[in-house]
Amino acid sequence: MLGEGMLKGLAETAKNFAGSFVSKDRLTTVQYPEERAPVIENTRDFPFLVYDGADDASDEAKLAGLRCVACQICEKECPPKCIYIVKSTDKKPDYVGKPQIYPARFDIDISVCMSCQICVEVCPFEAIKMDTEFELSTTDRFGGLLYDREQLARSNQHYHKIHPTEAAEVDARLAEEKAKSEAKAKAAAEAAALKAAAAAAPKPVVPAAIEQKEPTA
Amino acid sequence: MKSTEEILAMIQAALPAAHVELVLNPSPSAQHSLRVAPADAFAVASFLRESVELALDYCSNVTGVDWPDKEITEKVKVTQLVDGEEKVVEETVKRIEPGCLEAVYHLYSMRRAHEAIAGPVVLRMRTVNRTDQVQLPSLTFVWRAAEFQEREIFDLFGIVFTGHPDLRRILMWDEFEDHPMRRDYVDPDDYEYEPTPHDEVLKRAEAQSKSAGVTA
Amino acid sequence: MSTADMKVYRPPVIDIIEEGDELLEVAMGPHHPSTHGVFRMDVALDGERVIRLKPVFGYLHRNHEKIAEKASYLAAMPYTDRLDYFCSLTNNWAYALAVEKLAGLEVPERAEYIRVITAELTRIQNHASSIGFLMQEMGASGTPLMYAFRERERILDLFEELTGSRMMCNYMRFGGCRVELPTGWLAKAQTIVDGLPKFIDEIEALLTGNEILMARCQGMGILKPDLAINAGVTGPMLRATGVNYDLRKVDHYGIYDRFKFRVPLGDHGDIFDRYMIRVLEMRESVTILHQAIKDIPAGPIMDPKSKIRGFRPKPGEAYGRIEAPKGELGFYLISDGSGNPYRYRVRPPSLINLTILEDMCLGHNVADVVLIFGSVDIVLGEVDR
Repeated sequence: MLGEGMLKGLAETAKNFAGSFVSKDRLTTVQYPEERAPVIENTRDFPFLVYDGADDASDEAKLAGLRCVACQICEKECPPKCIYIVKSTDKKPDYVGKPQIYPARFDIDISVCMSCQICVEVCPFEAIKMDTEFELSTTDRFGGLLYDREQLARSNQHYHKIHPTEAAEVDARLAEEKAKSEAKAKAAAEAAALKAAAAAAPKPVVPAAIEQKEPTA
Repeated sequence: MKSTEEILAMIQAALPAAHVELVLNPSPSAQHSLRVAPADAFAVASFLRESVELALDYCSNVTGVDWPDKEITEKVKVTQLVDGEEKVVEETVKRIEPGCLEAVYHLYSMRRAHEAIAGPVVLRMRTVNRTDQVQLPSLTFVWRAAEFQEREIFDLFGIVFTGHPDLRRILMWDEFEDHPMRRDYVDPDDYEYEPTPHDEVLKRAEAQSKSAGVTA
Repeated sequence: MSTADMKVYRPPVIDIIEEGDELLEVAMGPHHPSTHGVFRMDVALDGERVIRLKPVFGYLHRNHEKIAEKASYLAAMPYTDRLDYFCSLTNNWAYALAVEKLAGLEVPERAEYIRVITAELTRIQNHASSIGFLMQEMGASGTPLMYAFRERERILDLFEELTGSRMMCNYMRFGGCRVELPTGWLAKAQTIVDGLPKFIDEIEALLTGNEILMARCQGMGILKPDLAINAGVTGPMLRATGVNYDLRKVDHYGIYDRFKFRVPLGDHGDIFDRYMIRVLEMRESVTILHQAIKDIPAGPIMDPKSKIRGFRPKPGEAYGRIEAPKGELGFYLISDGSGNPYRYRVRPPSLINLTILEDMCLGHNVADVVLIFGSVDIVLGEVDR
């Protein structure tokens, strides 16, 4: 019969229409912003810089706690080249206590950033991670979308909140490295004490240890 | 699937006058290729397509490669007469190896696809130079698949395919003059639309932070 | 057979225009709502009949190949997501496969399974939405597309959970995959895959028997197999003409020879066949997914030889290709031993499938051109690159 297929199709739409009143499965729309879709842990949008310290630390404390050592690997690897780093001229101790340079300037132009996560992957110091904040609209498309280090700094606590599994892994890895480097420093210090050569400084260990690491983000 | 050497032997048996040479690929993929003299390309391509044994009826990928002029510095030993005595003297000689444009065709067989795992048969041909003698014969009449891809090579590399039925620019606009995929292509700095490059943003940001009294 | 009388497949030449013919030249696009992006067709019409059609590309051209040649091998990976933005995971796979061939990397078994699962999910959501778009072009505004998008949404949620992004996944790496599956992901994937046959039945009940669809699609835009082969048409377009050529069966790339699945073939090569092929391919993808989710082994997901920083393959070249949802997606790479590819070329199935657009459209009404064009299933991000 001509029109049978069409009637069958209409029955299907009728089923969907009526079903949407009773079945949550058929009604998939979420009324943003009143309602929000559940947050997915692996979500990424724009990068932030991790600092060790409390969530509500002062700006100076935030900057002092940044893990970034301005090695500029992310700047080089960034596909759309949206990262801009200026190295500091002086040094400050990092999380293992080794003096390191730090970024005197670290800007990310998020109007250019394409949220690819390459910077996170190539970073040997677990210093840059992906945020999940997406409501970033601004009326100033130049200054408003260019984030400097103060705006980019987020605490490790925040990182734990948005990516708990990943952050726990990272913390375990860092703790292990710290223990290793402390043990090494201790051994070196003992050896140095034995030799009575106070000038013997511990060998840098961080990059070598990182090279063997699995490249999971 | 036959090896590239066997295919070369088949071509030489069928077309003894054709100039075809084997180009080895040192990478683990081991996809060796055949370089054909442009004058013989059409005959060789037709043979590859029509040969019952090979039946390379499917041209998958056509692309261009730019090999710019290379300056090679070499140390050459030269015998010279120094103070009436013959001496071997080392001299650094600079010579320019002329570059060329290359067209690469990746061929497969669809009719005989399920008989063996077939690697691509790679056909390449080179232009004489990169400036005025950039003609290569079009293989569009052998494989229609090359129609848009040869247009793209013409557009982006500047190889002129003689005999192509509709050789126009395909991706760039018709008035565009350069060939952007060449190695020595320089981006113009006078785009008509408003640019938002990173430098510009930085400049403004710097001015802003200066006015706010923050120094890097 | 000698090469002298070899069959030549010429592009159509306009020889039917006669003096006194009143032609109407129409530029369809670049902002025509039913083209899949910014694409223009310069059409010459005699009344309603199409007598010439020239596609015009390049509105979305950004020289993807040049960008990738200036970036490192790794940095080109996120750009591949943006080629065919519906199927970023298969794009990732094709590029990773080409680099693996170039550098001789081995992919661990678990990573291969993850790749198959993600690629088949990609294929399902691509085919579902391409059917939706085809119906949109036919005038079925909304309903089929929204049903397809509802299902696509679930699959994209899975992708987000795994890769962090819904469309720009950037997930595969040279010699494996970026991150391990999150806990419970496979169970979730299983639930969604279990629900898919119901969705495909629904789409079929809605569309397959529909008289309007049959009247407009059957016998329309016919493509002959010999022309399709010669013009390098691949994917569902080619199989709708009856040519049995599926790279999953031909190249045995990845681990596809471990799975039992059939390759659906059409016999008319018209729009309806293309539609049916897509529906049937979705069903076959579901069977592959069932097998892959059941068999996935534990183990590493990265080749230990692969390096994330300072990746420099030895000089040489490689061409790697996979069966992407839209056709054969290939990557051709030449390495000169440095950190970025000397030559990086994408073989875009969308662009090459458009070669025969004019051949298919000639003689049809202008309203059918939109439909024929929609049945090719292209994405302009890949056509223009």
